Amino acid sequence: MGDGLRLNMNAVDYVILALYFVTVIGVGFAARRAIRTSVDFFLSGRSLPAWVTGLAFVSANLGALEIIGMAANGAQYGAMTVHYYWIGAVPAMVFLGIVMMPFYYGSKVRSVPEYLRLRFNRPTHLLNAITFAVAQVLIAGVNLYALALIMQALLGWPLWVAIVVGAFIVLAYITIGGLSGAIYNEVLQFFVIIAGLVPVTVLGLIKVGGVSGLMDAVKGSKLGEAGLHAWQGTGGTDNPLGAHWLGIVFGLGFVLSFGYWTTNFAEVQRALSARNMSAARRTPIIAAYPKLFIPLVTVIPGLVALVTVKGLGTEEGDLVYNNAIPLLMRDLLPNGVLGIAVTGLLASFMAGMAANVSGFNTVFTYDIWQAYFKRDRSDDYYVRVGRLATVAAVLIGIGTAFIAAGFSNIMNYIQALFSVFNAPLFGTFIIGMFWKRMSALAGFWSLLSGTVVAVATYLLYRAGVISFNSDLEESFWGAGLAFVTVAVVAAVVTPLTRPKHDDELTGLVYGLSDASLADDSLAGDAVWYRSPVLLGVVAVILAALFYIPVF
Amino acid sequence: MADDADRYQHGEAHDPLVDETEDAREARSAAARLFDIRRVIGGLFVAYGLIVGLMGLFDSTAEIDKAQGVRINLWAGLVMLAFGLAMLGWQWVSPNRPPEPHRGDEP
Repeated sequence: MGDGLRLNMNAVDYVILALYFVTVIGVGFAARRAIRTSVDFFLSGRSLPAWVTGLAFVSANLGALEIIGMAANGAQYGAMTVHYYWIGAVPAMVFLGIVMMPFYYGSKVRSVPEYLRLRFNRPTHLLNAITFAVAQVLIAGVNLYALALIMQALLGWPLWVAIVVGAFIVLAYITIGGLSGAIYNEVLQFFVIIAGLVPVTVLGLIKVGGVSGLMDAVKGSKLGEAGLHAWQGTGGTDNPLGAHWLGIVFGLGFVLSFGYWTTNFAEVQRALSARNMSAARRTPIIAAYPKLFIPLVTVIPGLVALVTVKGLGTEEGDLVYNNAIPLLMRDLLPNGVLGIAVTGLLASFMAGMAANVSGFNTVFTYDIWQAYFKRDRSDDYYVRVGRLATVAAVLIGIGTAFIAAGFSNIMNYIQALFSVFNAPLFGTFIIGMFWKRMSALAGFWSLLSGTVVAVATYLLYRAGVISFNSDLEESFWGAGLAFVTVAVVAAVVTPLTRPKHDDELTGLVYGLSDASLADDSLAGDAVWYRSPVLLGVVAVILAALFYIPVF
Repeated sequence: MADDADRYQHGEAHDPLVDETEDAREARSAAARLFDIRRVIGGLFVAYGLIVGLMGLFDSTAEIDKAQGVRINLWAGLVMLAFGLAMLGWQWVSPNRPPEPHRGDEP
């Protein structure tokens, strides 16, 4: 990359950035005194209020995927990008809070893979624990690479310096402060990210003459009228995303998003650290509200970049779609808010990477090391293992950062990973939770065959054996096929194998659960505006209403 | 070792690994010593608001022109300052209640 993106940072901008780095590490140190047991280290001692875990939940997802990738999608696909939020996230987040959280939090499992160990058997558990651990370090690498690219392009730092600095800061605050360090920093990062994106959005809109000016300009751009509509034109595949509405509703809205939001431990972990059942259930639902509004500060800047940056959308160089937001920052922001915006971008990459690393260290320690290697050690021993696992994860992340370099659009790369790992997992979970007869062996074979199908679809597409309209369509179909495979295998294997006893399944499956009745509520949890069901329903209705102006 | 019986509803599945760490948490958790994040958010945003807002007071015409004629530093600074103060105010008005004592904390 040339010097085209270099920002004119001055001393004040660097002071703002340095202040952030110091604060983040300070939070890690200050959280250290609250760690005495392994649950303190890995799950914040299950003590946090819902607004903290909720904002951390949304922040954990605000990595490279969101800010850079969604602005890129906004410029490339237009208004259809909102599908990733309003149908591709909010319903699944609400479902997690209302339907699935009672099983997760009520059974006191310490991770998502651990649920599989209790519900099915150890092979299912080990399979999931290992694929999750591998996926997390890969995605941590993607986030780290994206962070380093941005620091190199914007600040002129050499790539390796940027990688080492970014990795070191994340390493420091998680090793020292554990999940509390990660979560507290995610809450802080959430606000810094928003503070960085709002000025770009506001000035961008002023530049193009407000919302109506932007709509007129998009009609005249290469996206044309189609760039302003989310659903029109989805009767076929002749639309910017190349996706049929069935693919959007079932592929993205159901299999992909439910797979990601409800079984991804890097997300669910935030809810498990909440202080009681009510707070745990509200965690993803509180997160759904900011999620509804985030397209305002990602998709709109993407569209503004499309119409104001001449030649945006090249295959490589400074004008790739992924640079939509950095280009606007360069063109619009004076020193001062520029420092805030750069800090916000770096914060977003750190939030994403930290979520992966903290998910990894917990699964590695509880689900791999404790369950299969060193079982009967003291609680303190596992805290030490967790700290070492954090160091290892960051080191491997540095290595895998370079794998990401082979792909033009970071977003699609991550999507592909999700379709491979999450969709079959979600299928196994949802069937296992609601069909108590499903046997332990059926759980294992469903998960394995679904994963194989998803991987095979992806590889055959990459090899050119089968073709789809776009990478995104491939991920919809790969996820859908994996889900169907899971269901079919479960239906075939279950009648042939031994069921689990009811007393092994109480609290883990629907119909044998009194988990939601466990009374750990605090004073005030019963007021109407803290009802998970009410909050969730309102979020889904808002998501539907938001579609009206961009139908 | 704490008594596991009250952790589960009648007949609910037990797991020895989960029990071990939950026992340790109930007996020794230090989570109550966690500081209040609102103080940190409030402090950082007050600092950012003052820095950026002060810059906004002295912005040159070139900088204002770059930002489409908007005194963006001044506005962003004021908003961040107000947000930071609101966070500190929230903490001051309703300080963290100490978490409910764990069963293991009882004397």
